[in-house]
Amino acid sequence: MGYANFLYMKGELSLVAIIVILFIYDIFGSKKSLQYYQPTACILLLIHTLINLLPGSETVAFGGMYHATPMGSIVKTILSIGTLLVFMQANSWLKSEQIIIRRGEFYLITLSTLLGMYFMISAGHFLMFFIGIEMASIPMATLIAYDKYRNTSAEAAAKYILSAVFASGLSLYGISLIYGTTGSLYFEEIPAGLNGSPMQIMAFVFFFVGLGFKLSLVPFHQWTPDVYEGAPTSVTAYLSVISKGAAAFVLMTILCKVFAPLVTEWRAILYGIIIVSITLANLFAIRQQNIKRFFAYSSISQAGYIMLGVISGSALGMTSLVYYVLVYMLSNLAAFGVIAAVERQSGKIMIDDYNGLYGTNPRLSVVMMLALFSLAGIPPFAGFFSKFFIFAAAAEQGYYVLVFIALLNTIISLYYYLRIVKAMFINKTETPIEHFQTDAYTRISLIACSAGILLLGIISAVYEHLNDFSFGM
Amino acid sequence: MNILSLFVLIPVLTLGGLLLCGNTRQIRSVVATGASLLLALAIGVVIAFLNERAAGNTAEMLFRSDVMWYKPLNIHYSVGVDGISVAMLLLSAVIVFTGTFASWKMPFQQKEYFMWFYLLSVGVFGFFISIDLFTMFMFYEVALIPMYLLIGVWGSGKKEYSAMKLTLMLMGGSALLLVSILGIYFHSAGEGAPLSMNILEIAQNSSMPVELQRWFFPLTFIGFGVLGALFPFHTWSPDGHASAPTAVSMLHAGVLMKLGGYGCFRVAIFLMPEAAKELSWIFIILTGISVVYGAYSAIVQTDLKYINAYSSVSHCGLVLFAILMLNQTAMTGAVLQMLSHGLMTALFFALIGMIYGRTHTRDIREMGGLMKVIPFLGTCYVIAGLASLGLPGLSGFVAEMSVFVGAFQETDTFHRVFTIIACTSIVITAVYILRVVGKLLYGGIVNEHHLELTDAVWYERFSVIVLIIAIAGIGLAPLWLSNLIQNSLIPVLNQLNF
Repeated sequence: MGYANFLYMKGELSLVAIIVILFIYDIFGSKKSLQYYQPTACILLLIHTLINLLPGSETVAFGGMYHATPMGSIVKTILSIGTLLVFMQANSWLKSEQIIIRRGEFYLITLSTLLGMYFMISAGHFLMFFIGIEMASIPMATLIAYDKYRNTSAEAAAKYILSAVFASGLSLYGISLIYGTTGSLYFEEIPAGLNGSPMQIMAFVFFFVGLGFKLSLVPFHQWTPDVYEGAPTSVTAYLSVISKGAAAFVLMTILCKVFAPLVTEWRAILYGIIIVSITLANLFAIRQQNIKRFFAYSSISQAGYIMLGVISGSALGMTSLVYYVLVYMLSNLAAFGVIAAVERQSGKIMIDDYNGLYGTNPRLSVVMMLALFSLAGIPPFAGFFSKFFIFAAAAEQGYYVLVFIALLNTIISLYYYLRIVKAMFINKTETPIEHFQTDAYTRISLIACSAGILLLGIISAVYEHLNDFSFGM
Repeated sequence: MNILSLFVLIPVLTLGGLLLCGNTRQIRSVVATGASLLLALAIGVVIAFLNERAAGNTAEMLFRSDVMWYKPLNIHYSVGVDGISVAMLLLSAVIVFTGTFASWKMPFQQKEYFMWFYLLSVGVFGFFISIDLFTMFMFYEVALIPMYLLIGVWGSGKKEYSAMKLTLMLMGGSALLLVSILGIYFHSAGEGAPLSMNILEIAQNSSMPVELQRWFFPLTFIGFGVLGALFPFHTWSPDGHASAPTAVSMLHAGVLMKLGGYGCFRVAIFLMPEAAKELSWIFIILTGISVVYGAYSAIVQTDLKYINAYSSVSHCGLVLFAILMLNQTAMTGAVLQMLSHGLMTALFFALIGMIYGRTHTRDIREMGGLMKVIPFLGTCYVIAGLASLGLPGLSGFVAEMSVFVGAFQETDTFHRVFTIIACTSIVITAVYILRVVGKLLYGGIVNEHHLELTDAVWYERFSVIVLIIAIAGIGLAPLWLSNLIQNSLIPVLNQLNF
């Protein structure tokens, strides 16, 4: 093993460098210089994104522990763009009174979880994968508890950490059973040892729980609404897109690479999970009054749609999955940007509070509408294209019935997304949220998200770029 | 640049122009320009199309343009028109034009109103020019969603309920469609050959076995049929049309419901002819019910818009009914009926909107003798009514004549019986039209306030006259139109008689 191996980990190294720089800056920076903390963090992350923009070639380092694929590095880029957007939206919250003294930690912890996701994505060995998933989960709990003087925030963190630990415990148990039956933890060696024995299927199911939890698929979704509601809004945004996007991609690579011999079994499991995830989440979302809980259920059902790409197990499925994650990320971040801005301004987080928003804040309402239409899959917004492709990927493998059920669910989802549109555009109220200006960072991030929603579908280059690097079983 | 792409570009530019507008005057000049350009373009395309045909160009689709869009899935932005699409484009342009003038005065948020209205028309025009399934479906959905806000914000009555019902039911239809589009796509070519979304290529190379067609044909037909008010999926239509603002009712009943008929014809029957032949009987029964049920329902309604909405269900049912006869005469009739009903119903809705704007009621029991106070609107209403019940010389006669003559060409008992049942709708139509005309326009004045009503102003007259000219145009010179259409039916008929 030479030190040259480290050079393959360009993305991880530059992320570590950012973490170290920000850490030193946070500790030793004078009070005056710290006012540039936020722009520094954003610019560093932007540089990091840019230098890792080009997908590298496929490399294996450290004897197979670390396995980088071009698609993986694209996903990493997407995640770091998302993190950048979250940073920008979080600025005004982080400047508020009780938070500002702890501001630096937010960036450090967030970037640490991002680093964990990077390791998860590039793992070539189950232990590496497990370190990654833990690194992505445990700091997340501290982020959720960031508003520690607010009871719900602390409660949400407790719920999250307990469920997370339980899920990773089960996952680890599954991994140990895999080791027991195949004699290896290297992704490349496992497929040869898989023969579909009941023990291995059980091992797979246990393993699946860990990622199912991160993706908040039904029946591992119980924590989602409470945590989304309790966590600070920017953290909820991060949790709902970045963490989910990473888990979805990792699940797909592991299922295609490692568990390919068990394809009939995992397809059967996923089939059921997709149906219940989408349907149950949609039905629950209808009844929500709190907009953060509402988006929690919406994100559960979106995760179900993402799984349609996984179940296909094909290259088309992977392209569509990554594309879906990208579009979902932009749409959800646009929505959460608006929610965060409204919450900072007025403290209101109920759907009814959005009544008449168009009259007072037309721009925010339009951004929110774009986000909702994109999530619902309405053309010409990007969400339509991502839904179409993910359905196409599933239909290619003959899952017409599944696609049909998912499509029927899009009608339900359209109903509840339209509820918010209706609140903003149609409903009248005596006391609408007053007109206000968002800060420049939020505005830039919302413009970026809206531009993405409007253009990603119509301009096919992104999808085609993704398609060049995707792989299936 | 391709001439057809202008149909999408002009509304998009109008949208952009509206975005920059500050006051009502600017808004009006932008929409008037946009609408006039569209109408001029549509007329230009019709003339160019006829010239090409006269010059001996027999290609199935003219003015083709094809740009690769999504390479991995072989999705193209592909446009082209045959006679039927040209006719539909003209219809849409006329209705967008007149609809713009009919909503010359909006009480509030005029800019947003027109933005949604033109987004809707992007979808409509895009749908009629596309020959790529994906693009077509995308435009189809673009046309659906603006309806929600147009009805929800600017509508009347129980608008929120109607808007939601309409949107969800139509999206339900498009969910069925999406499944079948994927099904068609993945069977669009033989083993190993590249898949295609292009309708013409699929029609040639489709490898879909009949067993699968039996699944996908009903999905497609119902998917489009929801928009074409196929019984029992028509229930969005009366509520939706009754709640929508005038121009939206016009565009929706006039053009959007035609998307359904056009789609059934262009996708369902053209691409899955075997199943169409096998399963047409089910849908003949359903459309037969639509035709008669819609007409009977119209008899008992008292709200002017509901009457017209149910009459639309009946007339659009006739379109689908005629398409399902699968022969040339009936299909020609179907297209004529689409045009005729589109213009007629737009005229009706425009007039109803104008009457409602004056009397503030649409209940026929509260009105009477209006012919004396608003003679212009009254006369136009009578003309629309006469067209609707099929008076020779107006468009309705030509269309229904062709439909029923075509339907009678099918000689087996089943078709005969249903043709006769559908024919009875002519009589019922006469009943409800004459009842309304008699009650509304003649007799004594019911409400004294109605004595002070003023007749139509210039923009209302303009919009109404354009529609009447178009209706009379089809009625008096149907031949060029049916020539235009007939040639375009041949590919479909070839598919059916392989």
